[in-house]
Amino acid sequence: MVRAVGHQVLAALHFVGDSVVLFLRALAYPLQGHIGFRRTMQQMAIAGADSLPIAAVTLFFVGLAWGWNTAGQMVRYGATSYYGGTTALAIARELAPALCGVVVAARVGSAFAAELGTMTVTEQVDALRALAVNPVYYLVVPRLTACVVMLPILTIVAIASGLLGAFIMALHFGVSAVEYMSSVQRLLGNDDLFGGIAKTLVFGLIIAIVGCRQGLRATGGAAGVGRATISAVVLSIVLIYVTNLFLTAAIFGK
Amino acid sequence: MQDTLAPPIQLEGLSYAVDGAVILDDVDLSVAPREIVGIMGRSGTGKTTILRLIMRLIKPTTGRIHINDEDITDLRERDLDRIRAGMGMIFQGAALFDSLTVAENVGFALVEHRLLPAHEIPDRVRDLLDMVDMAGTEHLLPAQLSGGMRKRVGIARALARRPAIVLYDEPTAGLDPISAAAIDGLVVRLRSQVDVTSVIVSHDVHSLRRVADRVAVLHQGRFLAVDAVERLEHSHDPAVRQFLSGSPEGPMTEEPQMLNGG
Repeated sequence: MVRAVGHQVLAALHFVGDSVVLFLRALAYPLQGHIGFRRTMQQMAIAGADSLPIAAVTLFFVGLAWGWNTAGQMVRYGATSYYGGTTALAIARELAPALCGVVVAARVGSAFAAELGTMTVTEQVDALRALAVNPVYYLVVPRLTACVVMLPILTIVAIASGLLGAFIMALHFGVSAVEYMSSVQRLLGNDDLFGGIAKTLVFGLIIAIVGCRQGLRATGGAAGVGRATISAVVLSIVLIYVTNLFLTAAIFGK
Repeated sequence: MQDTLAPPIQLEGLSYAVDGAVILDDVDLSVAPREIVGIMGRSGTGKTTILRLIMRLIKPTTGRIHINDEDITDLRERDLDRIRAGMGMIFQGAALFDSLTVAENVGFALVEHRLLPAHEIPDRVRDLLDMVDMAGTEHLLPAQLSGGMRKRVGIARALARRPAIVLYDEPTAGLDPISAAAIDGLVVRLRSQVDVTSVIVSHDVHSLRRVADRVAVLHQGRFLAVDAVERLEHSHDPAVRQFLSGSPEGPMTEEPQMLNGG
C-alpha cells in the first residue's frame, strides 16, 4: 500500500517536473522570436476556429439551463433585477472559462496527444531530431501558442453565447430585455470579464503542455497512443478544475 | 578498407541499459571514411540501438561516441543538431511525416534549415526522387505509398542535406529482391559518388555481401566478430557461422531481449 502510494507520488512529481521543463523549453523559442508562423496558424485553426461551434453551443445550452433554474425563482421572489447580473457574473467568471477549457481539453488536447503519440511511436519524432529539427520547436511551440491565444477568444464568444441562452430563458419567464440588460451592465464589471478571460491563458497552457507531453512520452504502439490520449484529457480537465479554484481566489479575492 | 583519416564513426566501450536490462555491453566499433559496415544479429539484440546511439537519439549508459573525431557523448541537443546536420538516418518503418506529401518530406530539411532558395527546392527534390526511382510521386501522401516506396522516400529525405554519414535501419526488409538490389546499388553508388560512410543494420546476408566491406555480428549485447562476410562464413566461432547460415541449431538458441525492435 505504502509502496503503491509512493509510486503514485513519484509519478505525479515526474509528470509535474517533466511538464514544467517542457513548458520552459517551449517558452524559450517565442522569447527569442521563433514561433513557426505557418504551423502556428494551422494550429490556431484547429484549436480555435474548429472549436468555436462546440464551445458556443455548450455555453448556449448552459445559459439556457442556468436560466431555467434561476429565472423562475427570481421572478417568484421579485429579484428579477439581479437575474441578468448574477447570470453574467457566473458565466464570465466561472462557467465560460472552465467549460471552454474542458471542451478544448477534450477536443484539442486529445488530438495533440494522439497526433504526437503516433509520431513518437512511429519514430517520426526521432526522424525530426535526426534531421536536426527540434521537436519542441516544431511540434510544441505552435500548439502552445495556438492554445494560449485562441482559448481566450473562444471564451469571449462562449460568454456571449451563454448570455444569449440566459436571455432567451429570461424572456420565457417574463423578465424584460431592458431589465436583463441593465442588470448585466450594473453588476458585470470589466474586472470580471478580464479576470475570467485571464484564467483561460493558464488553461490553454495546461491543455497544450499536457497534451504534447503525454504524446511525446507515448510508448507501446497503438495501445500506448490510446493511453496517452486518455491521460492527456483526464489530467488536463482535473488540472483545469484545480487551477480554476486557485485562480478564482487569486483574481477575484474573497 | 584502410584509411589514414580519422574514423567518421568511433564507438568506445559503449553500453546501454534500460530499467536494468542490458541491451549493449562494452561495444567497440570504428568505421573508416567511405566504409560500409553492416550490423547483423537476431531480433531484439540491440542493432537499432547502436544506430540510435550513433545519431545520439539516446545516450549511452557508459562509453564514448565519436563522430568525425568529436566526442558527442555528452553534447546537448542544441549542439547535436550541428553533428546531425552531417548525418542521415533511414528508419526501419521509414518514419515519413504522415501529414506531408512526398515532396514536402524529401525537402523537409532544406526548407526548415533554409539550405536552398525556395525556388530551387523542387528541382533538388526531383533529383533526389529520381535517385531512388520515385520520380512523379511528389504529390502523394505517405499513406498512398507501399512499404518499399516509403523506404525509398525515406532514403531520399535522409540524403537531402548531402550527409557524409548515413545510417540505414533494415533498408531492404520487406522488399522484393529487385527493389532490395536497387537499394543496395544506391548504397554503393553513394559511396563511390559522394564518399558517404555507411552503417547498415540488416538481417539480409545476401544484401550485406553485396554492399558491406565488413559486417559486425551482434549477440547478447556484444560483437562476436567484425570482418568481411566471406571471412565470417569461415569463422571459428560457431555462433557467427550459425547466424550467417540461418541454422536453428547452434549456440544462438536463447530468447533474445525484445527491446527497440532491433
